[in-house]
Amino acid sequence: MCLALPARIVELLTGDQCRVELGGVRKEISLALVDDAAVGDYVIVHVGYALTRLDPEEAAQTLALFAEAGIDPAGVLAGDGLPAPEAAR
Amino acid sequence: MKYVDEFRDGTLAAGLARAIAREVDRGRDYAFMEFCGGHTHAISRYGVADLLPANVRMIHGPGCPVCVLPIGRVDMAIGLALARPEVILCTYGDCLRVPASEGLSLLKAKARGADVRMVYSAADALALAVREPAREVVFFAIGFETTTPPTALVLRQAAAQGLANFSVICNHVLTPPAIAAILGAPEVRRLGSVRIDGFIGPAHVSTLIGSRPYEAFAAQYRKPVVIAGFEPLDVMQAILMLVRQVNDGRAEVENEFTRAVSRDGNAKAQAVVAEVLELRPSFEWRGLGALPDSALRIRSAFAAWDAEAKFGLEDRPVADNRACECGAILRGVKQPVDCKLFATACTPENPMGSCMVSSEGACAAHYNYGRFRDSEALPAQD
Repeated sequence: MCLALPARIVELLTGDQCRVELGGVRKEISLALVDDAAVGDYVIVHVGYALTRLDPEEAAQTLALFAEAGIDPAGVLAGDGLPAPEAAR
Repeated sequence: MKYVDEFRDGTLAAGLARAIAREVDRGRDYAFMEFCGGHTHAISRYGVADLLPANVRMIHGPGCPVCVLPIGRVDMAIGLALARPEVILCTYGDCLRVPASEGLSLLKAKARGADVRMVYSAADALALAVREPAREVVFFAIGFETTTPPTALVLRQAAAQGLANFSVICNHVLTPPAIAAILGAPEVRRLGSVRIDGFIGPAHVSTLIGSRPYEAFAAQYRKPVVIAGFEPLDVMQAILMLVRQVNDGRAEVENEFTRAVSRDGNAKAQAVVAEVLELRPSFEWRGLGALPDSALRIRSAFAAWDAEAKFGLEDRPVADNRACECGAILRGVKQPVDCKLFATACTPENPMGSCMVSSEGACAAHYNYGRFRDSEALPAQD
């Protein structure tokens, strides 16, 4: 129900409307709940409304944190059947 | 899709699974509740449960607005749509198949001639009222804090435009009181509750309300809360953060979804909601009972657009099907497989209870993604 997805603003329209793109699909949504959104910004879209802007730097930091968690210095869990980081490269 | 695919990466998931396995204390077990149906869906769909150590258990919470909507509220909408041919009843797709009294649902009422329509957005219902001035458009609004601001906005727009043929049945509910109720409310304790060591809070709710509303809760009940996004890596990182808090003896509110959640949330959206809606003194939740200050109603200044006032609608409590275990499942006391109806009389095609209706309900998620995990693996064929 609270499904919401990040989409990129491609065009600002009249009123509080804008057009966003998500995976090749374009849709008109409302920006009435967010201030100062610009073309190129990512917003989190739910039932036709942008709820908030997404912070690209924080997203990058969160991904870096995930990668860091996977480092297993002692190697105690090697052979647990899960894919190793090298295997993906 | 950017900001989606990266958060579903299998190799990073394996790394997080290793980190969780490394950091859990083997001498104890951990029970965490993911409050929100969106998390339940992600955990089932991506097999997150399979990546967790045996002593970490996820309990599905009641954060699915379709699942907690009591039958009486759906009956109210069906009764209105059937009794008044001038009414066009609009609602989100999730609501249409919720089983109501007398074997009806909004979809079956439509088959009987009621004008029931699915909308993607509250704005679509408002636009329909503008296009159809001779009809009464009633928007049956459900959802947690995420879905509430759009409802408040269309109510404000209808008032500003003097749009007399638009009104709303408001069923919006609140997340923090429901989480507190699971732990503390005597009503819920009487119904039976379960030990929970920490909570995963829904990120989309907190994009609007922020993380602050959980702080008093975490301190009062000494339970950690981690606000997390809905992709599988977000959920796994949140589990890791909860394990660390439990191990350290901390009970704090932490934010995993820093890419869109702040401590204070979206002030503009909060202002619109506060202008149009107010706390309901009591609201009935399926599975949890009547909880004080746990839902919103339309302020009297907007009574002309409140369908409950406009049409004199009454809320009549209705008991659930006796064999249906949705209530206990919503409290985390039982699991879908504990219900006699699960996957026999009750399936997503023909749901008996609300937890099977929404894809985010614990029963639907387990039926679609998890039910074969329960059966023994067959020996490999040569």
